[in-house]
Amino acid sequence: KEKCNGTAVWVAQIERVRDNKDRQAFAELFGHFAPRVKGFLMKSGADAALAEECAQDVMATVWLKAHMFDPSRASVSTWIFTIARNRRIDILRRERRPEPEDLPWGPEAAPEQSDVLALQQECQQLGNAIKDLPDAQRELIEKAYFGDMSHSEIASETGLPLGTIKSRIRLALDRLRHVMK
Amino acid sequence: MVEKIKHHLTPEILMAYAAGTLPEAFNLMVASHLSLCDTCRAEAASYDALGGAVLEDTIAAPMDMASDSLEATMARIAAGPVQERAAPGPSDSILPAPLRDYIGGDLDQIRWRPVGMGVKQAILTTSRSATARMLYIPAGTAMPDHGHKGTELTMVLQGAFADEDEYFGRGDVETADTDTQHTPVADIHEDCICLAVTDAPLRFTGIIPRLIQPLLRI
Ligand SMILES: [Zn+2]
Ligand SMILES: [Zn+2]
Repeated sequence: KEKCNGTAVWVAQIERVRDNKDRQAFAELFGHFAPRVKGFLMKSGADAALAEECAQDVMATVWLKAHMFDPSRASVSTWIFTIARNRRIDILRRERRPEPEDLPWGPEAAPEQSDVLALQQECQQLGNAIKDLPDAQRELIEKAYFGDMSHSEIASETGLPLGTIKSRIRLALDRLRHVMK
Repeated sequence: MVEKIKHHLTPEILMAYAAGTLPEAFNLMVASHLSLCDTCRAEAASYDALGGAVLEDTIAAPMDMASDSLEATMARIAAGPVQERAAPGPSDSILPAPLRDYIGGDLDQIRWRPVGMGVKQAILTTSRSATARMLYIPAGTAMPDHGHKGTELTMVLQGAFADEDEYFGRGDVETADTDTQHTPVADIHEDCICLAVTDAPLRFTGIIPRLIQPLLRI
């Protein structure tokens, strides 16, 4: 059931957490995303205990900030990814992450349903498009996100020349852009 | 947005910002540019979406959570939200909010240090893996000619500068790397204020800049 309209299902679960403090909906979100966040953090160099701790923290943030999730701007996995990423910078590097200032037109009214639908569909499409990438391109994109590594660090780990990595990532992005058009 | 920005951040930098793999000084540059540039803000959001898709469905196996994990998380939730610093909002300042945050105020709070020929700089406190500094270049003044060992990003906040045949106005970012040898010159009409970040020391061709370089941390 998650495969065909997964992104819309998760949006509904977040809204149930936000509006009704629905523990069942949260448990389902937790079951799906917590292990992914934990895997993400371990890939980035955290040990199992720290990754467990952080993943719990990220999921608690999902509950506590459910009212700040805007489904016309992000899928649930995108939103959780950004929370996990910022937590990783905070915990593993002990750095702040500067964020851009709020847009000058300020807080918006409830998003239009058509905008929500369009964005969630795009995210679903993007997910499918990544799965269809050639393995070599997909792996480099994943490395760029999972490992706390620059392109030159990826180069020394994979043994690929930096130019090859950059051009493969470019190629992957071009392909994704093409699919998304 | 009224800014007419012509020189943007590269896809590599925007993607690394979304991935969370840039040094703090570069994050500050990106956050500052995104505060002025809707184009790059939208592109950065698409790289966030890519990160979400990678998290959602990836060859990297999800890791099993501890058996009492959900209960422990509910206990965290019951303990309530952690205090968060409110992000400063937009203002009339020429400095975007993330920069005011690092400076601890507006332009008048910057502790400028002279570096010669009327040029002043102020190093901002970030992690040591890269350096962020504010630059003040009097109208018409040239920066010392230099090359680069790594990547240097320079964003104009006030005034403008010219480099070869390129012109950089407010919000524009010049990206220089190991192949770039340049002498940016501030526009004659107004003193130029920039944010510059570097991930390796600059290589100056003149002997004097090379001597003072370790002192100035540029
Ligand atoms: Zn831009
Ligand atoms: Zn330079």
